[in-house]
Amino acid sequence: MSAETSLKEWLLAEEPQSRRQARWGAWYQSWLTFRSNTLAMAGLIILVLIILAAIFAPLLATDDPFAQDLGQRLLAPGVDGHLLGTDSLGRDIYSRLLYGARISIYIVLLVAMVAPLLGLVIGTIAGYMGGWTDEVLMRLTDIFLAFPRLILALAFVAALGAGIENAVLAISLTAWPPYARIARAETLTIRSADFIHAIRLQGAGPIRIITRHIWPLCISSLMIRVTLDMAGIILTAAGLGFLGLGAQPPSPEWGAMISEGRKYILDYWWVATIPGLAIFAISLAFNLLGDGLRDVLDPKEGGA
Amino acid sequence: MTSLADPKGGRPAPLHTTFLGKSIRLLATVAITLLGLLFVTFMIGRVMPIDPVLAVIGERATQQQYDETFIALGLDKPLIVQFGIYVRDVLHGDFGTSIRTGQSVAEDIRRVFPATLELATLGTLIGVVLGVPLGVVAAVRKGTWIDQLARLVGLIGYSIPVFWLGLVGLLVFYGILGWVAGPGRLGIFYQGLVEPITGLLLVDSLLRGNITVFKDAFSHIILPASILAYYSMAYISRMTRSFMLEQLSSEYVTTARVKGLSEWKVVWHHAFRNIRVQLITVIALAYANLLEGSVLTEIIFAWPGIGSYITTSLLANDMNSVLGGTIVIGAIFVGLNIFSDLLYRFLDPRSK
Repeated sequence: MSAETSLKEWLLAEEPQSRRQARWGAWYQSWLTFRSNTLAMAGLIILVLIILAAIFAPLLATDDPFAQDLGQRLLAPGVDGHLLGTDSLGRDIYSRLLYGARISIYIVLLVAMVAPLLGLVIGTIAGYMGGWTDEVLMRLTDIFLAFPRLILALAFVAALGAGIENAVLAISLTAWPPYARIARAETLTIRSADFIHAIRLQGAGPIRIITRHIWPLCISSLMIRVTLDMAGIILTAAGLGFLGLGAQPPSPEWGAMISEGRKYILDYWWVATIPGLAIFAISLAFNLLGDGLRDVLDPKEGGA
Repeated sequence: MTSLADPKGGRPAPLHTTFLGKSIRLLATVAITLLGLLFVTFMIGRVMPIDPVLAVIGERATQQQYDETFIALGLDKPLIVQFGIYVRDVLHGDFGTSIRTGQSVAEDIRRVFPATLELATLGTLIGVVLGVPLGVVAAVRKGTWIDQLARLVGLIGYSIPVFWLGLVGLLVFYGILGWVAGPGRLGIFYQGLVEPITGLLLVDSLLRGNITVFKDAFSHIILPASILAYYSMAYISRMTRSFMLEQLSSEYVTTARVKGLSEWKVVWHHAFRNIRVQLITVIALAYANLLEGSVLTEIIFAWPGIGSYITTSLLANDMNSVLGGTIVIGAIFVGLNIFSDLLYRFLDPRSK
C-alpha cells in the first residue's frame, strides 16, 4: 500500500529529480488521461483479450483447427461440445477463430511496420532534401494516394500471387502515402529548427540528421495514424482473404472463413457470421483505441 | 487576357498564380497521375508470373508461332517503348483482349459498367439523403443521444467488413424476412424484357414504361445499394457534422441568433449554406469510395458489374481484364478526386 502511494507520488512529482522520472511521469499522465476515456479503454481491453486469445490459442482451443470430421459437418453452435459450431468440413469454428486471430495480428503487425517505415523514409527524404527530390517523391505519393486502395492491392496480389506475405506487401504498397505526407510535414517544421543547425555545424551528415534526429520526432504522429489505420488494414486483409487472395486454405484466416461459409449462409448462418463478428470486434477495438490515443497524444485534433 | 493581368495594373502576375496557370498546372497533375496509374498497371502486368505469349497462343503452339506472337505483342522492344505502346493503346480505349471471354476488354467493361454505376449511384443517393441530415442534427444537438447515434453509425461503418454486412443483410432481409429479392440484378423471368437504353435497369424500365420489371429490379438493387449507402452515410454524416460544428461556432451564427432568427433559419439558411461546397466535395469522394466498395459487394450479391468482372478475371488469371478494370476504376477515382478539388477551388470564394 505504502509502496504504491509512493510510486504514485514519484510519478506525479511536480519537480522530477531525474530525466527518467520526468519521462515516466509524462507517460503516467498520458495513461491517466487515456484511462478516463471509457471507449478507448474498452477498445484496449477487447484488443488485449484478442491478443491473449491468439497467444494462448493452443491452450484455449477445444479441437485441432485443421482436423476435419465430415460426420460432424455444419453442426449448430453448442451441439456436441462445439462452442460455435462446425464448418462445412466439420472443423471446430471456435478453435479456428482462435488460431485465425494469430493470422490477423500477424498481418496487422507486419503492415504496421512496413508501411509507416516506407512512408517515413520517403517523407523525411522529401522534406529534408527539398527541391526536385521533394517534387518527384511527393508526386509519386499523390499518384499512389489517388488510387483506390483495395483495387490496387487486388492487382498487386494478382501479379505477385496469392498468400499472406504477398497480401502484406500489397497492402503496404498501397498504405504508405499518408505516412509519407505526415513525415514530410513534420520534417519541414523540424528541418529549420536551431538544434538541427547546431548538429549540422558539428558536422553531422544528412543521413545522420534524418535517422537520428528527425525520425524520432516523427514517430508519435505516425503512431497515432498507424493505430487509426489498423482497422482499415484488417478490413483490407479480410477482403483479400475473402476473395481468396490472402491466406490460403486450410488456413483459418477470418476473411477466408467467411468466404467458405458464404455458400451455406441461408441454411447454416453461423459458419460465415461468426468470423465476421471477430473481424468486427478487432477493428472496432482498434478504432476505439486509435480515437483515444489521438485525444491523448494530439489534443489539438481531438474534441471537435 | 484580363485574368492574366495584375488587378493593380502593374506587371502581369507570375503564371503559376493566375487562373490559366493554375489550370495548366492542374491538367499537368491529372496527366502525371493518370500516367502513373498506367505505369503501375503496366509494371504489374510485367512482373506477372504468367507468360503473356502462352496466354495468347496456348501451350501447344510451335516455337515459330511463339516467336511470331512474341514479336507481334511487341515484347522484343525495350520496356520504355513497350510502355509507350501500352499508353497509346489505352488512350485509344484498347485494353487488349480478355482471355476468359474472348472479347475486347473495353467492350466487356462497357457492358458491365452500367450495373456498377447504377448500384453506386443509388447507394450514394441514399447515403446523402440520410447522412447529411444526420450530420447536421448531430452537430446542432451536440452531445445528445442523436450525436452519439451518429458517432455509433460511423464507428460501426469503419469497423464492419462490407462483404460480411452484405451476407448478413442477405440472410436477414432475403433469407428470413423475404422482403427483398435475392442475388442478381433481375429475376430470371424478367431478363431481356427491357431493351437497354442507358444500361441502367431502373431508368430503362421506367423509360419503356415496364413497371413490373422496374419493381423487380428495384427489389434486387435496394439491399446491396443500402449496404453501400451505409458506408457512405457513415462518412458523409461524420464530415457534415464536423463542417457544421465549425460553422455553428463562428460569429455570424451568434449574430444571427442574437438577431432573433429561428433556429431552423440559423441552421439551414445560414450555417448549412456555407458548407454546401465542402459537402459536394465530400460526396464526390464518397462516390469514389463506393465504386471501390462495390467490388466486394458485387461478389456477395452476384451483381454483374465491374467488381465481379475484375475478380472473376483475377481468378481466371485473365490479366488484361484485371488491369483494364483497374485502370477504369482508377481513372474514375482520380477523376472524381480532381473534380471535387476543382469544385472546391472554383465554387468556394474562400479558397481563392
